Amino acid sequence: MTYGLAPFPFQFLLRSIRFCFLCHFIINTFLVDITTLQNIKYKTSYFVITILYAKIFNRKCFLMKWVFIPFKFIGSVVNKFIRELGRMACFLVEAFFWMLFPPYLIQRVIRRINFIGVKTTSVIILTGSFTGMVLALQIYYVLAKFGAEASLGPVVALSLIRELGPVISALMVTGCAGSALTAEIGIMRISEQIDALDAMALNPYKYLIVPSLLAGVISLPLLNAIFVTVGVFGGYLVGVGLTSVSSGTYFGGIQDFVEARDILEGIYKSLSFGVLITWVSCYKGYYTGYGAEGVSKSTTQAVVLSSVIILVWDYFMTSLLVS
Amino acid sequence: MIEVVDLYKDFNGYEVLRGINLKVEEGQTLALIGGSGKGKSVLLKHIIGLIKPDRGRILIDNHDISKLRGKALKRLKERCGIVFQGGALFDSLTVFENVAFPLREKTKMKASQIQDTVFRELSRVGLSGAENKYPAEISGGMKKRVALARCLVMSPEIVLFDEPTTGLDPLIGKAIHKLIRDCQKSLNYTAIIVTHEIPEIFSLVDRVAMLFNGKILAIGTPEEIQASKDPVVHQFIHGELEGPISIQ
Repeated sequence: MTYGLAPFPFQFLLRSIRFCFLCHFIINTFLVDITTLQNIKYKTSYFVITILYAKIFNRKCFLMKWVFIPFKFIGSVVNKFIRELGRMACFLVEAFFWMLFPPYLIQRVIRRINFIGVKTTSVIILTGSFTGMVLALQIYYVLAKFGAEASLGPVVALSLIRELGPVISALMVTGCAGSALTAEIGIMRISEQIDALDAMALNPYKYLIVPSLLAGVISLPLLNAIFVTVGVFGGYLVGVGLTSVSSGTYFGGIQDFVEARDILEGIYKSLSFGVLITWVSCYKGYYTGYGAEGVSKSTTQAVVLSSVIILVWDYFMTSLLVS
Repeated sequence: MIEVVDLYKDFNGYEVLRGINLKVEEGQTLALIGGSGKGKSVLLKHIIGLIKPDRGRILIDNHDISKLRGKALKRLKERCGIVFQGGALFDSLTVFENVAFPLREKTKMKASQIQDTVFRELSRVGLSGAENKYPAEISGGMKKRVALARCLVMSPEIVLFDEPTTGLDPLIGKAIHKLIRDCQKSLNYTAIIVTHEIPEIFSLVDRVAMLFNGKILAIGTPEEIQASKDPVVHQFIHGELEGPISIQ
C-alpha cells in the first residue's frame, strides 16, 4: 500500500501507526516467553499476524525484510534440495529404462567392470588386509578382558561380513572409481563429446550411464567378497600369529557362528552401494558445471555425496535387515 | 530443406533467440554470421535436435525435429551431421577409432569394410598416416579434419559446421574451407556454416544470414550482403568499431 497521494500529516500519521504496529508485533513474536502452552499459541498468532501485516501493508518494509530472510533462505534450500532429488531420481529411472532395451552393450559393460572393479582390486586388498589386522588387535584386547579370546574369529568375520566389508569397499570404490567416473563424464560433457553422441543418434544413457550402473552392481559384491576374505586372513595373521588364539579356534568359530544370512546381508548392501556410487557419480558428471572448475566441483560433490549416502543408507539397510 | 519458423529460446531469463526465421534449400550452403555469444551455435544445436526450443518450429523436409520422438527422431538425426567447434572427438579413442565409431555403432559393416571406409575418409581430409594417433597428439586443424571425416563417414544429407576454422592459422583455415567446398561438391549435402571468417566465407557459400539481437537481420547472396545498406550489417562485415553494434 502506498501513501504517495495522501496529504503530508495524514501520511505521517499512517506511517507512525504502521511503525508502532510493527514494533509491537516483532516484540510479541520474538521476545515473549514461551514456557506455557498459552504463550506458544500467543506467539504463533502474533507471528501469523506479523506475516499478514507485512504482506498486506508493505512488501518493501525494511524491518520486515529481516523477518523473512531466514524463511526465504530455508525455503530456497529446501526447494533446491527437492528439485535436485527429483532430477536425480529421474536420471536413475531413465537409466534403468534404457537398460531394458537393445542394443545391449556387453563390451562396454566389461570395460566398465575393468574400470570400476579390476583397477580398484589392489586398493581393496590392501585396505582389507589392514582392516582385518587392526580389527583383530582391537577385538582381542576387548575380548581378553572378559576371557573370551576364543570368539575372536567369529567377531572379526561377522564385523567384516555384515558391516565393514561392504561399507569400506564401497568407500574405496567411491574414492578410486567414483571420482574418476564423474571426471570422465564431466569432461565428456564440457568438451561436447556427449552432444556428439547425441548428434549421432546414439543414446548417451546407453553408452555411458547404463554400462557404469551395471558394472557397479557386478563389481561391488565381488570387491566386497575380496575385502572380507583378505580381512579375515589379516585377522588370522594377527590373531594367531601375535596372540594366543589357535588356528583351529579362529576358523572353527567362524564356521560355527557365521550364517548364510550374514553373507547375504553383506551382498545386499554391496549391491545397493554399487547402484548408489555409480548413480551419484554419473549424475554429477552428466550435469557438471562449466569448465575445469565445474568438473572439479562435481567430482568433489560426487565423492562427498556418495560417501554420506553410503553411511546413511547403510544404517537404514542394517535396521531393516536386522529387524 | 531446412526451415526454421519463429524460433524462441530463453536461458535463465536471457532470450537468446527471439523469433528466428530461416530457410536453406536442398544442396545449398548457408553461412551464419553474427557477434560472439549471440546464439549462432544455439541455433545449430536446435537444428540438430540437441536443444528443444521454447517456441517455434524447426522443419527438416517438413518434419518438425522439436516434436519428433523415438525412432522418428533417430532417423532424422541420422540424416544430419555436425562438426563441433572443438571437434568433440572422443579423447580415449584413436583417430581411426573416432572415425570408425559411428560405423561400428550404427551399421552392420564388416571390420574390413569399416577399415576401407575410414581410410578413404581420412585420405579425403588429408590425414592418411594419422590413424593411430590420439586426439591429444594432433593439432587443432587436424582435429577439425578428423571431426569432418567422422561426420562425413555416415554420408549425411545435412552438415552443420560450428566455427570450423576458429583458432587455426590462415593457411590451415583456407585448407579447411577448401575441404568443406570440395566435400560439398562431391557429396552435395546441405550445409550451414557458423563462422567469423569474413570476407573469406563469401566465396564459399551460396547465401549468408546475419544474426543480430536474436533475429535474422539480413539474408541473401554474398553479393547482396556485401552491398547491404543496413548499418549493422555494414559495420559487422567491415569490422568497424564505430556503429550501431556496441562492443562490450
